[in-house]
Amino acid sequence: MNLKSMSMAAGLALLASTSLASAAGELNIYNWGNYISPDMIKKFEKQYDVKVTVTDYDSNDTALAKVRQGGTGFDVAMPSQTYVPIWIQEGLILETNPGGMENFKNVAPEWANPAFDPGRKYTVPWAWGTVGVVVNTDDYKGDINTWKIVFDTPDELKGKVNVVPEMNDVMHAAIKYVGGQQCTGDKEVLKKVRDVLVAAKPNWIAMEYNTIEKMGAGDFKATSDWNGSALRQRINNPAIHYGYPVEGFQYWSDNVVVLKEAKNVDNAKLFQNFMMDPENAAMNSAFHRYANGIAGSEKFMPADMTSAPEVVVPEEFKKNGEILQTCPPEVTALYTKIWTELQK
Amino acid sequence: MATAAEIEKQAEAREVRNRWLLSAPALIIILLAASGPLLIVLLYSFLTPGPYGDVEWKFSTEGWVSVFLERDIFDDTLSFASAHLTIFWRSLRLAIMATVATLIFGFPTAYFIATRSERTRDIWLFLITIPFWTNLLIRTFAVLQVIRNEGIINTGLIKLGIIDQPIQMLYTDFAIMVGMVYVYLPLMVLPLYASMEKLDFRLVEAGYDLYASRWQVLKRIIFPLVRPGVVAGSILVFIPAIGAYVTPSVLGGGKNMMFANLIELQFGQGRNWPLGAALSITVMAIVMVALLVYVRNTSSSEVRHG
Repeated sequence: MNLKSMSMAAGLALLASTSLASAAGELNIYNWGNYISPDMIKKFEKQYDVKVTVTDYDSNDTALAKVRQGGTGFDVAMPSQTYVPIWIQEGLILETNPGGMENFKNVAPEWANPAFDPGRKYTVPWAWGTVGVVVNTDDYKGDINTWKIVFDTPDELKGKVNVVPEMNDVMHAAIKYVGGQQCTGDKEVLKKVRDVLVAAKPNWIAMEYNTIEKMGAGDFKATSDWNGSALRQRINNPAIHYGYPVEGFQYWSDNVVVLKEAKNVDNAKLFQNFMMDPENAAMNSAFHRYANGIAGSEKFMPADMTSAPEVVVPEEFKKNGEILQTCPPEVTALYTKIWTELQK
Repeated sequence: MATAAEIEKQAEAREVRNRWLLSAPALIIILLAASGPLLIVLLYSFLTPGPYGDVEWKFSTEGWVSVFLERDIFDDTLSFASAHLTIFWRSLRLAIMATVATLIFGFPTAYFIATRSERTRDIWLFLITIPFWTNLLIRTFAVLQVIRNEGIINTGLIKLGIIDQPIQMLYTDFAIMVGMVYVYLPLMVLPLYASMEKLDFRLVEAGYDLYASRWQVLKRIIFPLVRPGVVAGSILVFIPAIGAYVTPSVLGGGKNMMFANLIELQFGQGRNWPLGAALSITVMAIVMVALLVYVRNTSSSEVRHG
């Protein structure tokens, strides 16, 4: 390639990139994998004449690190509630004030004013769920609403239990199991936590994420898991049930935020408002199988979800749940040490 | 007046200069691409961890200290970081075992290929390279499919009536070894074949003529001659094996960390990038020293005749 054609190519590339950036009708979404309904995207594209591009991430930390570096070209992302305060604090997201948007009236009261974003100044509910235990009841007939399945494994399940290796989730469950408060830095409590974890590990077969397939194939007979994953497992095999541990379980929620560096701010705001419409939220839930925090969306959801105990938390267990918070860095440092010791 | 010798000298100097100039782009890229990222890793290892990941631009040796020493979070005593050592030892042990196992399987394979006729050799080599066409992750999941409880081996044995309960192979060290050997075998076979192809088989015949046993021929003639291939193959297997991440996670169940997982933890949920950077450099330095010693010990001893 000679100099002339090279500069021409560079010029063309520049032209292409600027025209892309300024073109009306685009929206770039940065989201967890397999977590957005293609039908719902089509509907959004049609309704607002916008072309949507979705890019995947695999963890909150990946998303945070990448967005912090900047220059991503993304407009919208879906951080979890424990990360929302960090994104706000680091100045990564735009104050779009969803609390004042047209469809905000649809947000369920319990999600309208969450501690991680008081007054919903930045975020719109995307999905929420719980973390509990999943048990194949063909192999174990006892009570499954307890963390004992994981931390004091009954004989029938020994060597067949999996633990999803999310450090913060496992630490929260173990702290609740020994009777502590979430995000505790109390050495007495943490010592018990460490002892419980180290003693429990020999009964585990694995620590991995791929629970739906492994529970289905019988490689695991029980696992810690997210509720939506549990629902998909029960649909495959009716003997698989989800338990809400009485010692305490967590609620989590992922939220739609608009990035400060977004180029398509108007479309991103439209999307935030769009997601608070019950019909759209239901379309999305039908795909990812989690509840969405939008009141009235139940009407539009598939029947197997509106009655599912995995999605609708049974009244008797509601009191045992709490929303997981962002732990302070010095506490996270302690948890990392226990986590490393557990997996050494 | 310049003499003929001087003109020649000038021409030579010009040529040397041209040669350097022409190779400059390649050299710059190699230097920047190879050492640039490493320097960034080195720099990060001396900074302070940010509260939620990333680093703060304040000098600190805390990252390096915590590679080797750990403060007990319960009784606050400073002791040797035994968790890191345990994890490193596990990675090292598996890498060495994988290297030895691939050598045991790869050596006869390469010898077999090298002793075929020239036309069939190409077919065999071609077969060896076929797994490379598939992504590492897919090959690993294929192994999983074979050895899992409801996999081909267990269901086959149960159908034949040899066992009635599946043998637990998945999530064991055995599973990791099977996966690693399968994945890294071509990396051992190809360099071994390259040096065996050059082997003068008349020397092997001569050995037999002088009443050497098969073992003696292998040990005294073939092995010393293909030593460069053994060294190259071992290095090619050992280096990716010690950093193995996918295979141990998928087949080992992720219950016990590998060194790569430990590093990943620091950049992810652990939010201690300087420690992660320091751990990366530590493992690199150890591997480099080990390889230098290995290469020096194995390749310096020339083949002696007599």
